[in-house]
Amino acid sequence: MSNSTDHEHPKHLQHHFTTSEQQQDSAKFGTWLFLLTEILLFGGLFCAYAIYRAWNPELFHNAHVHLNTPLGATNTVVLITSSLTMALSIRAMQLGNKKQTLTFLWCTLALAGAFLVIKYFEYSHKIHLGQLPGKWYTYNGIEGTNPHVFFSIYFLMTGLHGIHVLGGMAVISWMIYRTNRNEFSPAYYTPIEMTGLYWHLVDLIWIFLFPLFYLIG
Amino acid sequence: MSSHSETHQRHILPLGLYLNVFVALLTFTAITVWVSYMDFGVFNLLVAMTVAVVKASLVAMYFMHLRYDNKLYTISFLLSIFLLGVFIILTLFDTLRRDDIYDIKGGTIKPNAAMYDNRPPVDTTGEASAGN
Repeated sequence: MSNSTDHEHPKHLQHHFTTSEQQQDSAKFGTWLFLLTEILLFGGLFCAYAIYRAWNPELFHNAHVHLNTPLGATNTVVLITSSLTMALSIRAMQLGNKKQTLTFLWCTLALAGAFLVIKYFEYSHKIHLGQLPGKWYTYNGIEGTNPHVFFSIYFLMTGLHGIHVLGGMAVISWMIYRTNRNEFSPAYYTPIEMTGLYWHLVDLIWIFLFPLFYLIG
Repeated sequence: MSSHSETHQRHILPLGLYLNVFVALLTFTAITVWVSYMDFGVFNLLVAMTVAVVKASLVAMYFMHLRYDNKLYTISFLLSIFLLGVFIILTLFDTLRRDDIYDIKGGTIKPNAAMYDNRPPVDTTGEASAGN
């Protein structure tokens, strides 16, 4: 405690933390707790998915063939690549390379945008055919009762995930802005690291959504 | 305390490790797509979920640095996933076994919800049979 006054006082260190390490640990644990609430948020929907798939296994099989697997697989590759560029942008800042950090952040942002563009084409095709949730369902080519149930869960889960991608794009843009303003250095890059944790969680959730919707055997 | 902080603070992973993890993730994606075109019955779901768990672990351990960070993060992460599993399994005990004792519990709660049944067959400009 007493040494904090005569110690060097970096600009990023807030007064209620003793050391930079303590500040970073607190930020990281706080971010992890936030990620756990995100898992619970999606968890309710995963639970709904499990219930309805267990009740209507054939319906899920008949409905899932109407999803476009090549587009879904492309989006999986896009998100995995964006996770890589995100991780590399943090690594670049750990090494103090601001230019590379910016390049990788822009790549991540562009890949996130590409994910949403592909998702837009998938959605608009389904909206056009009337493969929509609940009472908006008007499509007439799927065997079995209540095929709208599949599309309700599909749009809810991928929609909530899409909103998270949008949120991620906003935060990544903010990180680009702050990196440009020279706010980060090898000694302090916590905000980029926390953005990365969030972005990887968005990737993690898609890793489960992809097989659960597009790859039902 | 401080020595512990310094060790995990300065952990810069080699570029090759990130690239290896990336290649592994792409390979597993290819495997899971390929398996989905085969018919292994129940094993399809099993394989798909196993591959997803492996991919998720790779992302969490290396991209999210869980392997090199304070174990507190790993423990709380795994604990939340475990509790989510308990939540889903207990819910399925209910929803899958409702008619074991009283048959009436097995019926549809709201029969009118079966909207696809009572809709007259309409041909939506021939798109219906075209599919995707």
